[in-house]
Amino acid sequence: MKLEMKDSPGQLVAALKPISDVGGNIIAVIHQRDPDPDGDTLNVQIVLELPKGRIDNLVSLLKEQGVHIQRIGEERLLFQRTVILIGHLMHTGLSDTVDQIDSTGFAEVTALAMSMPGVNERSSSRITIKAVSREDMEAALAILRRVSRQKSLLLIEPLEDLS
Amino acid sequence: MKVALIGLGTVGRGVLEMLAKKDLGLVLTGIADSKSAFLDPAGIDIARVLARKKKEGFCGDQHLTAEDVIKKADYDALIEVTPTNALSGEPAIGYIKAALNRKKHVVTSNKGPIALAAKELRAMARKKGVALRYEATVAGAIPVMHTLDHGLAGNEILALYGVLNGTCNFILTRMAAEGLTYEQALMEAREMGYAEADPTYDVQGIDAAIKLVILANTIWDNGVKLDDVDRTGIDLLTPDALRLADEGGCTIRLIAEANPKKHLLRVSPRILDKNHPLVFEGTLNALTLETDMAKEITLIGRGAGSVETASAIIGDLLWIRDRYVQRA
Ligand SMILES: NC(=O)c1ccc[n+]([C@@H]2O[C@H](COP(=O)([O-])OP(=O)(O)OC[C@H]3O[C@@H](n4cnc5c(N)ncnc54)[C@H](OP(=O)(O)O)[C@@H]3O)[C@@H](O)[C@H]2O)c1
Repeated sequence: MKLEMKDSPGQLVAALKPISDVGGNIIAVIHQRDPDPDGDTLNVQIVLELPKGRIDNLVSLLKEQGVHIQRIGEERLLFQRTVILIGHLMHTGLSDTVDQIDSTGFAEVTALAMSMPGVNERSSSRITIKAVSREDMEAALAILRRVSRQKSLLLIEPLEDLS
Repeated sequence: MKVALIGLGTVGRGVLEMLAKKDLGLVLTGIADSKSAFLDPAGIDIARVLARKKKEGFCGDQHLTAEDVIKKADYDALIEVTPTNALSGEPAIGYIKAALNRKKHVVTSNKGPIALAAKELRAMARKKGVALRYEATVAGAIPVMHTLDHGLAGNEILALYGVLNGTCNFILTRMAAEGLTYEQALMEAREMGYAEADPTYDVQGIDAAIKLVILANTIWDNGVKLDDVDRTGIDLLTPDALRLADEGGCTIRLIAEANPKKHLLRVSPRILDKNHPLVFEGTLNALTLETDMAKEITLIGRGAGSVETASAIIGDLLWIRDRYVQRA
């Protein structure tokens, strides 16, 4: 959703707090200082994941905070893909692998399942990635491909988009 | 129509058995294996050749060779079914050229010459006014080439993806169903006769990649080679990976994929929903073609086998007969 708020400290926090109050999960916050010439309002685009049916609740909470909602985008814009990684996941820093996706700001690892084989054996993990758009998902997967190559991990991608 | 056969192994035997059993109007005038050859312009007694091969290990006169058949026998179409050599394509390339030079049609199940020299061989066939058909090189009994040539004529093929190696599909099926390790499933595939003693070509995706190269060159004439295929095999897969996929309602299959607009030419293990049309058990093969008019078409069937592969070869032979020989 795209929000417009007063450019004052605290406004952003005021906008973000209701999101967690209704059980939402913030995926990305994108500041847009144009196109307002006066510069006294702040345009912010927030990408979030919300449990079904909570959107009305969130809208009224935001209004109470004096935040103006410019646009609410499609919920379907959330792209999701599940991949499997095989290799020495722990030795090669699984949290760093996950971090490389999370730190993009446009994609996030939202679920991770691990196998627990013996020491020195290769482990396997199933990783679910979510992103805002198809392009962002492609970019996230490109990062994962590069990291997998660097760390000699076997990356198994889905054949088709699961959105 | 008169035919000559080079190679009397699994495929060659299947072809002969069907020629003997069915009244197809195809007369065998020459035959060769690696050690012997036999010519008879009046028509060879197939049952006798098969019996001799079984009993003695060779099919004809040990003073004669495949070259003698190809260069001297009286035939309209050569059936070339010798082993695939993916590096040199020989001796099959030489055999095929010699037949084309004599203005003889050629039907082959041999991936080597088609993956390595399709452009040259096709140009040669065109120049000589004869046909070079190779339906059996990709996905065994599945009529991929006929579907492309006829059923989908006029369509633009946008992309394709498929399961082109039955051995890998069997191994993945067994790993998923029984929680077997890759090594255990491979052993089972060997016991069932689905995997060679050296399984490298199958499990590292080389066989599927060769078939992908043949398809890409046939459809887009883009001159791609085996080295252009981004290739990952199934030999490093873990039972845990298959279990994790299963828990998510999915499984893993070795998929060959080509999409020229995306510059994609890849063989790799992929995650597929269990309900996906390309998810099936055992040694079957399948291919999905994405086209502009027909949209998606998926063909599923036997990717190998003696009589199954003979089906593809006989389809090619009868196509040649109807198109060239009968009219002449
Ligand atoms: N098997 C399948 O299901 C299948 C499916 C699709 C495509 N193909 C392809 O079809 C071809 C034949 O497969 P296959 O399974 O029948 O192979 P195979 O059982 O190994 O038989 C090969 C035959 O070729 C003969 N041969 C070997 N070198 C020769 C030479 N230099 N000159 C003349 N003959 C020679 C062998 O002679 P000897 O009998 O004297 O050893 C044998 O009879 C291969 O290219 C394979 O990739 C096979």
